[in-house]
Amino acid sequence: MVRFEAVGLRYNGTTPGRPPSTPTGNEVLRGLSFELPAGAFRWLLGPSGAGKTSLLRLLYLAVRPTSGHLTILGTEVTTVRRNILPPLRRRIGVVFQDFRLLPHLSAFDNVALPLRIAGRPEGQIRADVSELLNWVGLTGRVDARPAALSGGEQQRVAIARAVVARPSLLLADEPTGNLDEQQAERLMHLFKELNRLGTTVLVATHNEPMVARHPAPVLQLDHGRLVKAEANW
Amino acid sequence: MSRPRGSRLLRPAGFDELGLRRAISDRILPFLVAAMGFLAALALGGWIGAAALASSWQAGAASALTVQVPQPGDPAAQGGGTRLGRVLATLRASPDVTEARALDDTELARLLRPWLGAGADRLAIPLPAVIAVRLAPPDGAVDPNVAAPDVAALARALDALAPGTITEQHEGWMRRLSVLARSLQACAGLTLLLVIAVAVTVVAVATRAGLSARREAIEIVHGLGATDAYIAGRFASRATLLAAVGGAVGALVALPVLLALANIAAPLAGATPQTAMPPTTMPAVLLSALPVRLWLALPGLPLLAAAIGCATAQITVRRWLRRLP
Repeated sequence: MVRFEAVGLRYNGTTPGRPPSTPTGNEVLRGLSFELPAGAFRWLLGPSGAGKTSLLRLLYLAVRPTSGHLTILGTEVTTVRRNILPPLRRRIGVVFQDFRLLPHLSAFDNVALPLRIAGRPEGQIRADVSELLNWVGLTGRVDARPAALSGGEQQRVAIARAVVARPSLLLADEPTGNLDEQQAERLMHLFKELNRLGTTVLVATHNEPMVARHPAPVLQLDHGRLVKAEANW
Repeated sequence: MSRPRGSRLLRPAGFDELGLRRAISDRILPFLVAAMGFLAALALGGWIGAAALASSWQAGAASALTVQVPQPGDPAAQGGGTRLGRVLATLRASPDVTEARALDDTELARLLRPWLGAGADRLAIPLPAVIAVRLAPPDGAVDPNVAAPDVAALARALDALAPGTITEQHEGWMRRLSVLARSLQACAGLTLLLVIAVAVTVVAVATRAGLSARREAIEIVHGLGATDAYIAGRFASRATLLAAVGGAVGALVALPVLLALANIAAPLAGATPQTAMPPTTMPAVLLSALPVRLWLALPGLPLLAAAIGCATAQITVRRWLRRLP
């Protein structure tokens, strides 16, 4: 499913998103080796600056490793040609810390975007998106643009967009940051339900009570290194 | 997962996920492309018009001849009859001549009017007879170099019949006019190429501005699995539409200017504007006012603008996208 073999990542600070041509930049991840089996659920923990977001960027293919080998959903992505990556990205759902919604699109269109990019028929899109927006409690807000939504509502739109295409790999960066406890619990139940249906889930968080309530194996990062990769229960 | 056939068509019309309607203005780009289209239409008109003038003048240089016979009523040196009569008969007997016609007094007076005034025919000046000769083009081809030796021989024969007869071929100045027309044609062609280059640059700059303005949206859509073709296609659709509109507007605005220029240039091309059956309806008048080739080329301008918009946007966006992983 996902395999890290001595993976390192270094930014050169000039072209984010592209492997730096000269290994002179700041090395944010070093020697990462671990495996996420298909259908696994993992917490990604670590202090701010430990490299959690960089690790997630590697996983959702926003950057490629500068050293080592990384295999995602059966594809070795370190050296593969660019045109191989888009279909792979469509199998990965991401909930960003800053939501990354398109401000000029309605909640419905934001959630529908992955399906439209994948070329799904509009009839199916209408049904799937409506159902999902209903599930996250935004039935009456489908036509609202992100600016008209509260932080929590925006986050729920972002979550709906991440899962609408039924991804094989779901990544979340602080997904409960703008949610109240009840909504956060509903979100965790959604993640667990998707995980039960076979989706591999990795959630980066600082929310220790949430981790305690939902015990699962942990990947612990510190200063760009993996310091713990084991069960916490 | 396979994509259903034709699914892209199912995307709602006007779905603008990248927000390009604001990023690539529907005013500035069409206005600039319209200006390019206007210039291109003029250049095209100049190119086609100059080509027609060059052909017309070159054909005239090959086939037109003027023969002046002084003392036309005097007896000819050989063969009896008047000098004019002998020269005309010889010309008409020549296989190289298709037509030889002596200008009458009215036509002569018209020719001399700029220099001698309206009463030239009343002045006691001995005027030569002037014969307008049309030569047969060799094998139907237009080549003044082939006709020249025959004209020299003909001139010698005419001078023997009526000494003092001047045979003048229009080749010299017609050829200069022809070279001028060809130069104008080349300039028009060069202008057309420059206009195309500027149009490409304008679309490329507008596309880059759109890329900068929508960088974040592009990165999000790219991150959701959009291919380069998908993103470039969104830009290309927008650029194609705006460039086509601009090209159409430019061509339409240029039309009255072209009609006016064609009207001015018509006598130079030897046109006879009002023939026996002049066009009566407005479409027929318009159709006859411009060369057919120009009428066929003008609708091509919006198509050319659209093609430039599409290709330039595609190339610009795809090159830009290479910076993303």
